[in-house]
Amino acid sequence: MLASGSAAAPFSSASVRPVHDEFHGDLLEVSMGPHHPSTHGVFRMMVTLDGETIVRLKPVFGYLHRNHEKLGENTTYLGSMPYTDRLDYLCSMTNNWAYALAVEKLAGLVPPERAEYIRIILAELTRLINHSGLIGFLMQDTGCSGTPLMYAFREREKVLDLFEALSGSRMMCNYQRFGGCRVDLTPAWVDSARRLVDAFPRFLDEFEALLTGNEIFMARTQGVGRLSPELAVNAGLTGPVLRATGVGHDLRKVDAYGLYPRFDFRVPIGAHGDTYDRYMIRVLEMRESVQILQQALRDLPAGPIMDPKAKLRGLRPKAGEAYGRIEGAKGEIGFFLISDGSPNPYRYRIRPPSFINLTVLEDLCLGHTVADAVIILGSIDIVLGEVDR
Amino acid sequence: MPEDAAPALTTAERDELRRQGILLTSISELYNWGRSNSVWPLNFGLACCAIEMIAASMARFDIARFGSEVFRPSPRQADLLIVSGTVTKKMAPQVVRLWNQMPEPKYCIAMGACAISGGPFKQGYNVLKGIDRFIPVDIYIPGCPPRPEALLHGLVELQKKIRGEKLSGPGAPRHLQPDNDCTYPVPEFGEHDLEPPRNPAVWQPPILTRPDKA
Amino acid sequence: METAEQIRDRLLARFPGAEITVVTNPGLSAQHSLLLGSPHARAIAQFLRDDPTLRLDQCSNVTGVDWPEKEIIDTVKVTVPDPAGGPPKVIEQKNKRLTPAYLEVVYHLYSIALRHGPVVIRTRTGNRSDQVDVPSLTPVWRSCEFQEREVFDLFGVSFSGHPDLRRILMWDGFKDYPMRKDYVDPDDYEWEPTPHDEVLARAKVHYPATPAAPEPKA
Repeated sequence: MLASGSAAAPFSSASVRPVHDEFHGDLLEVSMGPHHPSTHGVFRMMVTLDGETIVRLKPVFGYLHRNHEKLGENTTYLGSMPYTDRLDYLCSMTNNWAYALAVEKLAGLVPPERAEYIRIILAELTRLINHSGLIGFLMQDTGCSGTPLMYAFREREKVLDLFEALSGSRMMCNYQRFGGCRVDLTPAWVDSARRLVDAFPRFLDEFEALLTGNEIFMARTQGVGRLSPELAVNAGLTGPVLRATGVGHDLRKVDAYGLYPRFDFRVPIGAHGDTYDRYMIRVLEMRESVQILQQALRDLPAGPIMDPKAKLRGLRPKAGEAYGRIEGAKGEIGFFLISDGSPNPYRYRIRPPSFINLTVLEDLCLGHTVADAVIILGSIDIVLGEVDR
Repeated sequence: MPEDAAPALTTAERDELRRQGILLTSISELYNWGRSNSVWPLNFGLACCAIEMIAASMARFDIARFGSEVFRPSPRQADLLIVSGTVTKKMAPQVVRLWNQMPEPKYCIAMGACAISGGPFKQGYNVLKGIDRFIPVDIYIPGCPPRPEALLHGLVELQKKIRGEKLSGPGAPRHLQPDNDCTYPVPEFGEHDLEPPRNPAVWQPPILTRPDKA
Repeated sequence: METAEQIRDRLLARFPGAEITVVTNPGLSAQHSLLLGSPHARAIAQFLRDDPTLRLDQCSNVTGVDWPEKEIIDTVKVTVPDPAGGPPKVIEQKNKRLTPAYLEVVYHLYSIALRHGPVVIRTRTGNRSDQVDVPSLTPVWRSCEFQEREVFDLFGVSFSGHPDLRRILMWDGFKDYPMRKDYVDPDDYEWEPTPHDEVLARAKVHYPATPAAPEPKA
């Protein structure tokens, strides 16, 4: 299935003819961003066009480089937790979990069963709002302005109400702790979560009726931005973008972290690796997330939510290093921590999925038009807070 | 009628006239009423706060109730710059450039702790410690991120501010003063920092005495 | 999956003369790593990717670590013969030494095909000033492309063989390497409402103690 034996990593960046060419006509260089309505934040692409066709595309990063890693090295382990909220600001719960997991590996903490269930519930709710929001933004990029995004945000507000009831904040939840969670779920919260989850498939049906078979949408996305599984694996892609190429790699199955092995769910994979597959994977993943949520809310055990060994303030893990990763909504979000025994991490590194997924942006866009590049970028699902950190 | 003259009619009398179908108003009042109720923001998101800004424009919070649902992608068509998120030093020149490209009268809302002061990222090497170092800010909305309601409140405060503006005299807004060309210098990328790191015409560090050495 | 020692032994059999050391991780995660010497690093990386029992086809994470010079005090017990002829004395000797300074690049490798990992490999530069070259692994794993650029940008490690080594997060004219431990950032936060620690020290520079205004007399 995968490339082995090929001498070098595949690069498709072909040599581009000179910008000024009297015989063939000049190439046009377009700077898209950092202020551009379709770049999902302050992302910039330097696009070189031959007529309408993209012949070169260089992403420019750093317009939201907020020095997470430097700040993380200057603060305590717990002090970095609120910063992780602001990485991928649509998915604060999964960022929290990934960071908590890395510190737990470093400090040898084991969260109790109830905390693991709560984490799974919150991570899957996060996946629901991330994917539905992404599809709304993707539709915005295809020119379907308004309606799908409004539907997605309508559902998002319901989930954010749950997050707010639990953590006190809509977006920046700062909820997970090393060895457990901050506050416990109430029975009323579980009831309202159950109602939301049970009603969610209806929203998905409505969403799909609007989009999945839509002729214009299919014409705009099918066959656009095709990605081969060999390149996807070699370029380190993860998450829905990788699975859309047909590689069944989901850390919830592969690493079996948390209590995911107890849950019955499938990992949808695509066949063509094009933009439509990337859309479809997300719809199917939301349906699987609903399955996981229903099981988790049904089986939620009673018990403590913190490891009794856990020490939040003044945590000084033994010297050493650990890399912890989970399957976030955008792909593998990992944290690499080096401890030297002091209260601050010596090295605090975030492995940002959407940054690494952008590695292949140029390969996907070559030969397409600018309008397609906008859709391809939308289907990769980036959040600049995480790309630039 | 001079603007600061006492009105010949009281508000109660004017309301009574309005009920009878007679509208009495002044040009400046009519002009500001029209302006304040159709503030078009620039479709410009920087970071986390931008998501709350989008949420404010969606069904639940519905910024359209205040006449500001028309988010314009082009600065040439926008009245309001909502600086929604962390301004990094790499981004600051672009923000100033966008501000310069917006036609007067224009207003700026610093949304969230980062746009006000750098917020949680204040100690970052690439973070601008407040957009008011380069452009004048009309409304500050604290929060990290502020809720959509807070943005709506900020917008209402901005509308009040616009309604209170006078069209002539020394209290007139920037664009009506003859000696103001309303452009702001765009900082350059230096070897270690932006050059200059702030616009002294707009912002000076606050003069304070240290409480520990009182 | 094989342990780091087993991988090292197989690599040494395949690449005789290569410098490969196992760096043990004293922490609880027990993710030990292989330190590769620069001359063979790319060939070894290629081997790790293509070897049928390892198949480390995904380079998940690339990061730099800055290790400046550090003074270490070793305490050694030395037996000193008593010049007076009595029984030899045991005294503690304290030896100061400086650890060499270098920049390190850490790669976390996983296998998607065989579902195992991580294998952690490291390369080190000679020092932190003029010998900052390490071989780029971008020709082996495309995923290193942007991440190595980031390490170049923030740490100043120069990757030889990288197809497009430019600054990525900071602007092009920027001169410093901000993630290094000795980086001093521009002093541009003049005042904070509740300064403490380093911020207080900076605030003191910007606000030298001014005599408090005399209290108005009642």
